[in-house]
Amino acid sequence: MELFLIFIGAVFVNNFVLVRFLGICPFMGVSKQTETALGMGAATTFVMVVTAALTWLLQWYVLEPFGLPFLQTPVFILVIASMVQLVEMFLHKTSPGLYRALGIYLPLITTNCAVLGFSLIAVQGAYSFIQSLIFGLGAGIGFTIALMLMAGIREELRFADVPKPLAGTGIAFIIAGLLSLAFSGFAGLV
Amino acid sequence: MLSTSLISLISMGMLGAVLAGGLVVASKKFAVETDPKVDEIEEVLPGANCGACGYAGCRAFAEAAAGEKAPVDGCPVGGSKVAALVAKILGMEPVEGANRKVAQVLCKGGHAEAKLFAEWNGPRDCRIAQSTQNGSFKGCSYGCLGLGTCVEACPFDAMYMDDNGLPVVIEEKCTGCGMCVRACPRDIIVLAEEPQGVHIRCRSLALGKDVRGVCSVGCIACRRCEKECPVDAITVEDNLARIDYDKCINCRKCVAVCPVNTIEYQEGKPVLKKRRAS
Repeated sequence: MELFLIFIGAVFVNNFVLVRFLGICPFMGVSKQTETALGMGAATTFVMVVTAALTWLLQWYVLEPFGLPFLQTPVFILVIASMVQLVEMFLHKTSPGLYRALGIYLPLITTNCAVLGFSLIAVQGAYSFIQSLIFGLGAGIGFTIALMLMAGIREELRFADVPKPLAGTGIAFIIAGLLSLAFSGFAGLV
Repeated sequence: MLSTSLISLISMGMLGAVLAGGLVVASKKFAVETDPKVDEIEEVLPGANCGACGYAGCRAFAEAAAGEKAPVDGCPVGGSKVAALVAKILGMEPVEGANRKVAQVLCKGGHAEAKLFAEWNGPRDCRIAQSTQNGSFKGCSYGCLGLGTCVEACPFDAMYMDDNGLPVVIEEKCTGCGMCVRACPRDIIVLAEEPQGVHIRCRSLALGKDVRGVCSVGCIACRRCEKECPVDAITVEDNLARIDYDKCINCRKCVAVCPVNTIEYQEGKPVLKKRRAS
């Protein structure tokens, strides 16, 4: 039951993009089309889950026993960067179309503060291995849901009469704010 | 016991080595073969990813050209210059280029000339208006809906909507890619090869009196232009006069006799051009 609550918490109640305000760069940058948004979300989820496993192992079997908790940030970043490189190579081979569509945002998953943020939060919360995995899965899925919502809305916005000064990024940020307001309705659910 | 800094050094070093090793293995396993010619061709293409060649962007055309599936002159935007470069990269003979094509909007019925039966408050997209209600807010069922889908489709910013609700083509910027032609749900835009300067700006197949009822500049098929044309380039069929651009010599005689000012002549085009060999 606790695992399910962690999952729901990560996906809705404390959604990484709309409630914690992490990972806003790809949220704004890749949310123009639903196909690319889905691809980006899937790639980020994969990175998060694998990172969850590796960082948990490193934190509790290498850093703590050897008395190196201060190395947390660089070690986590090292792991995240390697995982992102792996995902890049994998996508370049299996889905060149998606690889090109994501463009620069694929290597930018490395600097996506949602990924580092989630691993640091998992470590602070002293989650068990399985709990970290589920937390990572939930974080990734929540990120994907936020991205898909935004992409769907922005696709509709193309035909709307947006005032010139707000066109593009301006209206996107306003929409993001409204989405955040909506998601704050989940507070107290878990 | 080893000092903290030494332990950090060793552990970080080992971690780095392990991860780097894993990535090296992965890079061999996931290696992607790319033909260097594809990159070279992509370099010389305009890079607008407009799709006029019929492929999904410039990279796709480069791949097709390198695989000898697409013709060297398949890029209408790049024209003969790009065709020659692509041919050189592939070690082939350059091809003779044609005159560039420019988009022409064949409707003059804007807010001032054409009647509107209703106000459109739906999404500002001509295709949506046409597919949901046949664009019937506009009196003429063949005329320009004025919602700007063509302008948005232009990858070169060569079009804009004027105050009269009609799209305007900036000829200097137009590359003849044809995206606006594809975007218009009423097939009002056509590509005409330079230096064609005379155009009948109407597409209405309705009877003359019905056209008059909804538009002051629509073609009424009076046939005066057909009779006047010295080279028989104009035919009137289905209540609409059409110019055969291959025969037209830009003499402008039809412009003078049209009673409803449907035919227009663009200044600056050579008055008499050589007739194309048929």
